Amino acid sequence: MSKSGSGAVGSGQVQRQVQLPLSKAVEIALKSMRVRMGRSILTLITIVMAMAFLTEVWLSNRLGPVIRTELLAREHLKAHGPSVDGSRLVWLISLSLLVCLVGISNAMLMSVMERFREIGTMKCLGALDSFILKLFVLESIFLGVAGTICGIVLGVVLAVGIMVARYSTAAWPLIPWGGVPWICLAALGIGTAITAAAAMYPAWKAARMEPIAAMRVEV
Amino acid sequence: MVMAAKPAGSAAGREEIVRTIDVVKEYRMGDQTLQALKGVSVTIYRGEYISIMGPSGSGKSTLFNAIGGLDKPSSGKVFIDEVDVAQLDALELAWLRCRKIGYIFQTFNLIPVMTALENVALPMIFGGMLEADARDKAKLILERVELGHRIDNKPSQLSGGQQQRVAIARAFANDPAIILADEPTGNLDLNTGKAIIALLKEMNQERGVTVISATHDLKMLDISDRIFWIRDGEVEKIQRRDEVTIDAGEMH
Repeated sequence: MSKSGSGAVGSGQVQRQVQLPLSKAVEIALKSMRVRMGRSILTLITIVMAMAFLTEVWLSNRLGPVIRTELLAREHLKAHGPSVDGSRLVWLISLSLLVCLVGISNAMLMSVMERFREIGTMKCLGALDSFILKLFVLESIFLGVAGTICGIVLGVVLAVGIMVARYSTAAWPLIPWGGVPWICLAALGIGTAITAAAAMYPAWKAARMEPIAAMRVEV
Repeated sequence: MVMAAKPAGSAAGREEIVRTIDVVKEYRMGDQTLQALKGVSVTIYRGEYISIMGPSGSGKSTLFNAIGGLDKPSSGKVFIDEVDVAQLDALELAWLRCRKIGYIFQTFNLIPVMTALENVALPMIFGGMLEADARDKAKLILERVELGHRIDNKPSQLSGGQQQRVAIARAFANDPAIILADEPTGNLDLNTGKAIIALLKEMNQERGVTVISATHDLKMLDISDRIFWIRDGEVEKIQRRDEVTIDAGEMH
């Protein structure tokens, strides 16, 4: 054991704890998620739903008008009324994202409360606040990214499915695929940002937990 | 860090490892103030095996937590290895917990998502050791506690006694100066508890580590060098092992 360092107190034997590399936090966060698959999947479903909704609406907004005008030009169908009411959709999307945010936050908070002993123990073993913080933020972000990707896939399938159902397979070749990746990318950004934001408070609470929590016997 | 591998109680000039001076701990309950500790001053020497005994609510746990740097006293001082714990910042406290103190809990507290080996390696990794070295050393310590064949098992695949052995291995991982054991046999049956106590005593003697245990398990009396009896927030008496046997029955 090295004895050098910046220990400034008493007999000079105390040093400052080192920061751990991020990879270790990533490793532990992934393990924790794998073990709590059931809970993770429930949280995941919230994200998948919200992101599928967002993607579907964005895509329909983009695809719908293009296809409609194309088809109208070919006289395949009579004029449809405007299919979307913009402001109401914005309202609905915001609401679904908010529900998603609160849902993830709540699930993370429960997870933190359940794991008080584990967190306290890690602190007794020398974990720093910042390490615990990283652990929970990472866990949430992984969940967020996985959920968002599933949600985007679902959203694209739904949007295309609805188009085809509405305008028959004639719509298929008319779909402007070029815009789809950008919408997906934007959705991925929003999904990740929301889960990271949702994790902030629970992760902060976990990081602030005292090591003495490890001693608590009751659940 | 110096590791004097001397058995406890050996002659004069013993090195102090923990000293508390007039430690008072108060809890506010509504408009009342409850004194859990009413000015406790004790000194513990390197290599000793100390049991802190007392009924629940006696202040035993409070004293134990103060000694372990887990709880700040309302007044008074706690020195661990000549360092005033109250003077340490968060990073220094984390270092102290990681390197100087090994914790053993009543509920074992292994990290459920990690194998026995990973659990034992964790404090070494927190301490900045390379992963490969930490694993090698963890394996050695697990072999020492006779769990060399279960290193890849998760805690849920181990019995209570085995889990506590892993916890002991983990507590010894960073060669601490002090082991703090909070009711280490509280969740174990009689024989398993005996085996755990024996293991703690062996480790105490072969490594010269100070073991401080809060307990009301009378099995601990036989092997403790000294027993601190706590009652109503005060040290009622301090006994050496040879003084104990007579009145071991009158605990309450």
